[in-house]
Amino acid sequence: MADITLLSVNKVFSGTPALQDITTRFEDGEFIALLGPSGCGKTTLLRLLAGFEMPSKGQIRIGTRDIADGHKGVMVPPEERNMGFVFQSYALWPHMTVRRNVSYPLEIRRFSKKEILKLTDAALNTTGLEAYADRMPSELSGGQRQRVALARCLVSNPDAVLLDEPLANLDVALRASMQAVFTDFHKRTRATMVYVTHDQAEAMAMADRIAVMDNGRIQQFDTPQNLYERPKNRFVAEFVGLGTVVPVFGVEKMDSLAHGHVLGKRIKVQSNHDSPSHVCLRPENLTISETGDFRAKVARVTYLGGKYLLETVSDCGTRLLAETRAKFDVGVQLGLTISTPWAFYEE
Amino acid sequence: MGVAMQNGSNRSESRLLSVILVTAICLTLSPVLRLFIEGLTTNQGTLGLSLASEILAKPSTLNALKYSLITAAFGTLVSLILGAAFAFLVALTDLRAKAILVFCLMIPMMIPPQITALSWTQITGPSSVLLKALGLAPPLGSPQPLYSVEGIILLLGIQHMSIIFLTTRAGLRAIPQEVVEAARISGAHGLRTWWQVVMPLTLPSLAAGTAITFVTALGNFGIPAMLGIPAGYITLPALIYQKLAGLGTSVLAEVAVLAMLISVVAVIGILAQRFFQTRQKIYLVGSTSRPLAIPLGAARLPIEILLWGVVCIILVLPMLGLMTTSLVPAYGVPLSFDTITLTSWWEVLFRQPVSARAFVNSFSLAFGTAFVLMILCLPLAWLMARNPIRLSRLFDSLLDLPYALPGVVLSIAMILLLINLPFTEATLYGTIWIIFLAYLARFFSIMFRPIQASIKQLDPAMGEAAQSIGASLYQRLRDVIVPLSAPAAAAGAILVFLTAFNELTVSALLWSSGTETLGVVIFNLDDSGENVMASALSMTIVMVVMLLMAVVQLLSRHLPKGIVPWQT
Repeated sequence: MADITLLSVNKVFSGTPALQDITTRFEDGEFIALLGPSGCGKTTLLRLLAGFEMPSKGQIRIGTRDIADGHKGVMVPPEERNMGFVFQSYALWPHMTVRRNVSYPLEIRRFSKKEILKLTDAALNTTGLEAYADRMPSELSGGQRQRVALARCLVSNPDAVLLDEPLANLDVALRASMQAVFTDFHKRTRATMVYVTHDQAEAMAMADRIAVMDNGRIQQFDTPQNLYERPKNRFVAEFVGLGTVVPVFGVEKMDSLAHGHVLGKRIKVQSNHDSPSHVCLRPENLTISETGDFRAKVARVTYLGGKYLLETVSDCGTRLLAETRAKFDVGVQLGLTISTPWAFYEE
Repeated sequence: MGVAMQNGSNRSESRLLSVILVTAICLTLSPVLRLFIEGLTTNQGTLGLSLASEILAKPSTLNALKYSLITAAFGTLVSLILGAAFAFLVALTDLRAKAILVFCLMIPMMIPPQITALSWTQITGPSSVLLKALGLAPPLGSPQPLYSVEGIILLLGIQHMSIIFLTTRAGLRAIPQEVVEAARISGAHGLRTWWQVVMPLTLPSLAAGTAITFVTALGNFGIPAMLGIPAGYITLPALIYQKLAGLGTSVLAEVAVLAMLISVVAVIGILAQRFFQTRQKIYLVGSTSRPLAIPLGAARLPIEILLWGVVCIILVLPMLGLMTTSLVPAYGVPLSFDTITLTSWWEVLFRQPVSARAFVNSFSLAFGTAFVLMILCLPLAWLMARNPIRLSRLFDSLLDLPYALPGVVLSIAMILLLINLPFTEATLYGTIWIIFLAYLARFFSIMFRPIQASIKQLDPAMGEAAQSIGASLYQRLRDVIVPLSAPAAAAGAILVFLTAFNELTVSALLWSSGTETLGVVIFNLDDSGENVMASALSMTIVMVVMLLMAVVQLLSRHLPKGIVPWQT
């Protein structure tokens, strides 16, 4: 069983904090995505889990087993953790055939020849690589290499699979099909997977839960739907999905519904905080109507296929994003109505 | 699966790193340290400078220093003119057959200096077999023109032009193509682009190459010894050799001071080279993938003829001289169809016990050095790249020292270190082991740098991937790191073998009867006037050198960039 627990984990690289006070828990069998801009610490967190880095402070546990303790300065080395790691560069060994790349973990674990053959064949089958078993990595395409890397990390049945931006080097079409490979694989094996990416669409499509990271901290750890609809702070609201964050004043709350002043109008808002300070206006929260709450001028129109994204500027100078099926020209004045946006508290 | 907790991420790695690192430091840097302690010690054994100042004030010392500086400085000038001209033309223009040209330009560097000196004396002077056969020989009794300061300068210049060529070309290749294209689109013509854009950007590497060439020329022993000693023109390395050969280890303290003197000059040169090398890396951004090829137009053929003419003079002609001399029955006999014979080849390769012994010695030394260094450097380079601790960084910056310092300096240092083994009566001086240890120190960087370059280009994830699936340190080294850096290690091993096989400077001071190397045998044969046998032996060595270079050349296709010194 492989639920992973982190207790106030800190990591400092030559004086600069890369991770600050990470306390969280990944449940057994979950597909977790670590999402954030470059430099947010997501890859560092993954390398801490793998054991390539040592936490400066804090503890990491798999199940009940301590694998790293920054306070005591001890940790289980990567080779004894039974984790799988898929690298962005694939890290296939160029001097070994596909089969040898995949079977190497079993050789290390001293399996018998017969078992090695059986398990390797099974892993190659799962990833659809039977036909390529005797090729060298240099003779494979990017997607095939990625599948070899995946097969290599499955073959030894790891407690958890760690993936470091595995699709970053692939083209868009291949990325979509590899996403399917990963989700299928996860469904079948129920292995705990931790997946680092900076691409929110990728994270949303695959993950059970997403940890959005910034400045070495987890900003919000939630399901994709909650991240989008109920962001916890300005960073998450702006990083995940489209939208504008504007202040809200004079909120009065009764039960789950509340009212407040947004852009000078009193409207209904949703929140789990007693006195939220900001609202997140997603395109879904804005409807275009002649009798709208306030007027805005179209500043830019982007065609999204089947619909248009309008970037508008309201009378008070706020930029708002709306979606329509009808086409509007730049410069046109229109009315906008806000419907129950999500409100949160931010200092 | 063990659940042992370990200290830090790579405890086993750090432990192995410290073991190998300490071994490597003992091998390479302890002799240098020992020499500096000796130089500061007086006769009474206390720290002081009185012996040093006494020896430095001697006229013979001052003369030797003067001669060394003159020959090294002007020799470097010759190298600079030849090497830079070739580098600019090869790196910037559309010359044809560049690969062969570059290969030919590398040969002078790989041919040992004593053979260079011998070969040139075979094409000049009144007793040259080649000139006699062509009827061009000067009258008997006229002097050998190369036994002079000009001769030393010329041959030093030719011997080391490859160094300038290589550093300059590397600098030129680092210049992004866009920089030159931008100059041309702005309207600058050929020579103007060269003078105002390319030249300023190349100056640091040119200066770095000049500095290191000066240090190498200063430490050269073969050329000034074979040309200068007959002319009474004694440079510092030759002076050290004469004193030690004539008077034995009783003058050890004195030659140690001389070695210190030459190493001080050398260290200044090395520091200058370091300084210019760091200057070179700034402000060059852009793609360097495509090499430049500025069209020469109508001038191409004449320039090609000129360049190949120069190659002919510095390479083919001397080799021809060696060949003709080796084919006569005795020195002085003219070469003709009646006199041509392979007697001397037979004699020197199969009959003479000394040369047979030297073959065995040189082969064992070169092979052993290459082997031990490979075992040491493969894990060391990888571990140093993965665990950048302070000691490994310090070692990285100093490990070139035993190779960059003049060979005589290292030899004296080795004698001082090993003449009395601590706590025993034993000595390694006079045994083959002192030469072996000296070779390990001297050629360490030749093995280490190519492996380091290949490991730097290796994705660190290669090792981590193996680690994450449970491979131990030994398994990672055996199954992933060693196979992936093996080609570079092989190239390094061949280069070490090549250099050690021909080595003269170190073994000239360390050999004794029974431990002669090939370099020593050629030097002694020449010294005793056995030019014919010396030529036959030299010719054999030249062929071995070219053969091994060709092997490296063939291997280079499978190597990452920067492994083979003359390949890009």
